[in-house]
This record gives sequence, structure tokens and C-alpha cells, in this order.
Amino acid sequence: MSKQDLNLDVSKHRNLDLRVSIAGITLENPITTASGTFSAKESGAFYDIDELGAIITKGVSIAPWEGNPTPRIAETYGGMLNSVGLQNPGIDSFIKEELPYLRTFGPRIVVNVVGKSIGEYCSAVEKLNDTEVDMLEINISCPNIKEGGISFGADEKLAAELTREVRKYSKKPILMKLTPNVSDITEIARAVEAEGADGISLINTLLGMKIDIHNKRTVLWNKTGGLSGPAIKPVAVRMVYQVRRSVCIPIIGLGGIMTGEDAVEFLMAGADAVSIGTAALIDPTAPVRIKSELIGFMNRYGYQNLQQIRESML
Amino acid sequence: MTKKIIEAQVISNQKIAEGIFRITLDCAAAADATESFNAKPGQFINLYPRDKSMLLPRPISICFTERNRITLVYRVVGNGTRELSCHKEGDGLQISTPLGQGYHIEAMFEAINQDPSDHKTIALVAGGLGIPPMLELAKTIRTQIGEDRRIKLIAFLGFQEKAFLIEELSSFCHEVHVATEKGDFGFHGTVLELMEMQNIVVDYYFSCGPKPMLKALAAHCHRIEKPLQVSLEERMGCGYGACVGCTCKTKEEKDGLMRVTPKKVCKDGPVFFGEEVIWSE
Ligand SMILES: Cc1cc2nc3c(=O)[nH]c(=O)nc-3n(C[C@H](O)[C@H](O)[C@H](O)COP(=O)(O)OP(=O)(O)OC[C@H]3O[C@@H](n4cnc5c(N)ncnc54)[C@H](O)[C@@H]3O)c2cc1C
Ligand SMILES: Cc1cc2nc3c(=O)[nH]c(=O)nc-3n(C[C@H](O)[C@H](O)[C@H](O)COP(=O)(O)O)c2cc1C
Ligand code: FES
Repeated sequence: MSKQDLNLDVSKHRNLDLRVSIAGITLENPITTASGTFSAKESGAFYDIDELGAIITKGVSIAPWEGNPTPRIAETYGGMLNSVGLQNPGIDSFIKEELPYLRTFGPRIVVNVVGKSIGEYCSAVEKLNDTEVDMLEINISCPNIKEGGISFGADEKLAAELTREVRKYSKKPILMKLTPNVSDITEIARAVEAEGADGISLINTLLGMKIDIHNKRTVLWNKTGGLSGPAIKPVAVRMVYQVRRSVCIPIIGLGGIMTGEDAVEFLMAGADAVSIGTAALIDPTAPVRIKSELIGFMNRYGYQNLQQIRESML
Repeated sequence: MTKKIIEAQVISNQKIAEGIFRITLDCAAAADATESFNAKPGQFINLYPRDKSMLLPRPISICFTERNRITLVYRVVGNGTRELSCHKEGDGLQISTPLGQGYHIEAMFEAINQDPSDHKTIALVAGGLGIPPMLELAKTIRTQIGEDRRIKLIAFLGFQEKAFLIEELSSFCHEVHVATEKGDFGFHGTVLELMEMQNIVVDYYFSCGPKPMLKALAAHCHRIEKPLQVSLEERMGCGYGACVGCTCKTKEEKDGLMRVTPKKVCKDGPVFFGEEVIWSE
């Protein structure tokens, strides 16, 4: 997009309303950073963070997690696998070292929370109660060690129980982030809505594998990893569409969004806001580029707000 | 903004040995970025393939810089580097401005000046595609040494078969020693065997190359109590510190205690002190 286009966008921007409200919290625009793909310091070296609607942090757990050994990244056709394994310094370090810096920026702050048991999730969300965090995103794709490693998000009852408990311990609005590795996403969505989730984010990565046939081993040390990027977009759009028609709570849609038009696709499918993940690893400025492309699209077709896009599907 | 993705222009792209290419890029487009192309030796850039089925950037070390021009030397190993080898003069290429922490040259000069004995030797020890970043490093160190005859810069280079960049390195180093594993050129063996045979007293080591070589050199430097800086390689996602894909374990002293600290190769490295890296993996 040339500079001229951008200027045009900004001048027209004045009569556009990009705001969206999720669980009573207003985002200036629907562009958020997907968990695990953003660093305020490093991403901030490429663009103005205040352009974002919200920052969704990488997953934080009650105690520090080491993550998996490397290689943790593998490229696939039109996508990538990661097995970072949710490496993070733990909630105390996050609150002390990272949160104050995040709070120097304007966008809403959504903290992504991970755990290995319901107790771990609850202890972590409790610690965030008296912080200046706006919202929580509960990553329920994690394996539950008490139940033999089955993902909380893959089981309707477990997902419901986790939502109920987290809801009890948290004073903040909670978004449940669903895994696509299930046979019926709408069942899980309904279960978390019934237990008091304030919103839903979807999708997390799809479980995948890549084999290096020359060396006869998997590329990732962890053998399997989460598939993300444009390769998963059709799955994500379909799931947002299905979930929109199953629940009433707001949806943050993500999975392979590379352009403003991709973002529009999610909005039309029924998302209230979107997150940019893998695209930002490939083009560090992707979130702001996608935002200006979204504005360009709205101007071209005369949309004045996001509601109109969401309701435009025939 | 201090970092940018820019469109660089290919000035030349030539084969310099079997499967090895040298590409020179005009990065004038970065000149208006705050950090411009002020690259430090040991830093790398991200190259973004044109074929969008290849999503991830390819990290390549900066081999040489001259005003707004940078030169990279790369081996064709897969689709990304193959695409790169097909670029012609005048083609545009998406790259990042320099990334990561380069070699700590001030730390080296401080260390060797601490002890008042007169003559000092700095060694660059590199193997294979670890050799390209040594050129910018050699240039920078040699410029700082200037006419000071007490400091000697020598390079130990290891190749599999065909050697490259020897002439260029010779113009900045006082001595260049070469080993090839197949014996095509110079010493027949590895670069570490070559070093052992030469038996030159070295006061400070800089290195880049395959991990087993770095690990062995780190053990050697630990034994003889000489400082070492190494440049590590890791599979990367973003290359700029956002994804935590490229972690490496280091030892760090915090509140008087030695602690294992995960660091990002792309952002905290690729250059680390030999003593700080935990090699056992
Ligand atoms: C800091 C750093 C500096 C480097 N400097 C140089 C250099 O100066 N010259 C040079 O020839 N090579 C260098 N490499 C290695 C170079 O990045 C890979 O050879 C290149 O990415 C291969 O891409 P491909 O598409 O041709 O290969 P493919 O094997 O098809 O690549 C598939 C994926 O694996 C990754 N990958 C493959 N090999 C490596 C590797 N050795 N290290 C990291 N990622 C890899 C690619 O980036 C890509 O994401 C460097 C690597 C790092 C991390
Ligand atoms: C490197 C990496 C790290 C991630 N870390 C997390 C995480 O900590 N918590 C989480 O809920 N999702 C995590 N995700 C999943 C993303 O937030 C997102 O759901 C997924 O990648 C799909 O979106 P995308 O295709 O736009 O990347 C991670 C993804 C990647 C690529
Ligand atoms: S490659 Fe993403 S953090 Fe280093």
C-alpha cells in the first residue's frame, strides 16, 4: 500500500467507527495480538503499539515453565509448526517485570493464562485480580496432567469445570480460548458460555508433525507442534461461523489472518475482534498493516462500523 | 521506529564456490530508518522469500558492509536459499534491518588491555558458513587496532572441501590459517586440529560455526582460561524476539547466585560469551 493510500485512509478514518466492546470493555479497534506472537519491546521496534485495539500476552502460568528443547519451529507449506511449550517466567515475574511496561501503552491488556491443573489456572487468575489487567484469555488447549494429559479444551465436561472454577476465582472478564482439535467445537463453546465465560477466542493451533525424510526424524524435538498460519484459515473461519451461530457471547477470531481482507472474512463469519499471530512473525508490522487494509476495505464498500460488516453476510 | 523491513536492491549475486554464493545488496531504503544500516559484526538480517509458500524469514549473517551496501555469503541448502541464488542484478529483495547483538568488541579490548604484557593475539576461529561474519569482524577489529603493532589478529578457518573468503580475510588479518576436512587446500583436518598443531598463544577468541566445534572450543578456552565469544545458530520463527522459538540456555549470575536463564538467540544473541552458554544438550 503506498503512502498516498494510507493518508487517504487516515483522513477518511474520521467518520469510521472501529470500536468494539467485549464484556463491557471498549477496544479502540478490533486488531489484537495473538498470544505468543508479540513482545512489547521487540514488536514496538517496528510499529506504534498504540495502534492496536488490545495486546494479548503470551501464556503465563503460576510457576515458570521451561518449555521444550529446540528445534521448536518448523516451516510447512503455507504454515508453521511451533513447540515452544509455553515457556514463560511465571505470573509473579510477569506482574513485576512485564505488566508495568505494558501499562505504559494505550491498548487494552488481555493476559493469556495457562495451567496444568484447574488449581494452577485458579491460582494464576487470582494473582491478576488486583492488577491493572483488563481481561483474561484462558488457554484451555493445555494438557491436564491429572487426567492423563487430555487437553481441557478437548472435553466438554473438563472445559465446563475449568470455566466454572476460573469464573469463581477471577474478578476480570474471561475469554475462553478454544482448541480446534475437537470433533464438535460448538459443544465446547456452549459449555463454556453456560459456565459464565464472557467471550470466546478461537482458534488455537492445530496439532501437526513434520518429518525430515533425509535425517529420518521429526523436525521438532517435541515431535508434534501446533500448526498456525494461512494454512489453517479456512478451518478457523468455519469454526467462528459455527460458534457464532451457537452462542451469544463475543468472539475473538484468529487463525491465519494475513491481510485486512482476511480479517473482514472473520468479521463476516461473526467475530467481534480478531488477533494477528503468525502474520506478525513473518511481517513484524502486520497488525498495523492489517488495520489500515481493513480501513481501506471499509472505505471502498462504505462500511461505517464493524457491526455493519458482521451483519452483512447474506 | 528503530527497525524496519525494507526493499533492498541486488547489486550482484555470484557463485564463489560449489553451492556457495555471495550477494551484495543496496540498502539505501533503510537510510531513513533510525538505525539505518549501521550493522555490527555478528548481527544478521532476515531475508523474506518471495514465494509465499515459504512463510518464515531466512536469517543470514552480515558478512561485510560498506556504506549502504551489505554483502552476505550463503550456501544453497533448501528452497529459500535456492530462490535467493536466482536473484539477478536490479531485483528487489525484502530484508530486515540488522538484528540481534553482535560481537562485543569493546569487551574484548578491555579484557586484553587489562593485563599490561605487551603483545596480544586475537584469534577468529570459524568453520563453514560460520566464516562469513568473520569478515566484518576482522575489518572492524583491524580498523581499531590501526597501526598498533602489539596486537595481532589471526584467523583459523575450517572448510569441508572448497575454501572461500580467504583473500578477503587476509587483507584484514595478520595471519590466516586454513584447514580442509577433505585435504583439498591447506591443512588436512579440522580447524581445531589445525589450531592445536600451530600452537599459537592466543589471548582472546571469537568464533562462529557448527555447534560441535563451538562446544569443543568453549571447553578448550575454559581449560586454558581464555575468553571466548561464540555466535550460535538456531531454528527461528520471527528472528526478532517475538515468538520464543530460538531459545538457548545460559548461566547468569543474579543476586550472587548462578541461575539458568533462557535467552533468545535472535535477540539476546546470536553472540554469547563462551562461559555463559550451557552446552550440555
Ligand atoms: C543467526 C544465523 C545466521 C546465519 N547465517 C548464515 C550465513 O551467513 N550463511 C548461510 O549460508 N547460512 C546462514 N544461516 C543458516 C541459514 O539461515 C539457513 O541455511 C537457511 O535458513 C536455509 O533456508 P532454506 O529455505 O534454503 O532451507 P530449508 O531447509 O528449506 O529451510 C526450512 C526452514 O528451516 C530453517 N533452517 C534451515 N537450515 C537452518 C539453519 N542452519 N539455521 C537456522 N534455520 C535453518 C529455514 O530458515 C526455514 O525456516 C544462519 C542461521 C542463523 C540462525
Ligand atoms: C510461536 C507461537 C506461540 C504461541 N503461544 C501461545 C500461547 O502462549 N497461548 C495461546 O493461547 N496461544 C498461543 N499460540 C497460538 C496463537 O495465539 C494462535 O491461536 C494461533 O497461532 C493461530 O493464529 P495464527 O494462524 O494467526 O498464528 C502460539 C502460536 C505461535 C505461532
Ligand atoms: S526467532 Fe522468534 S524469538 Fe527468536
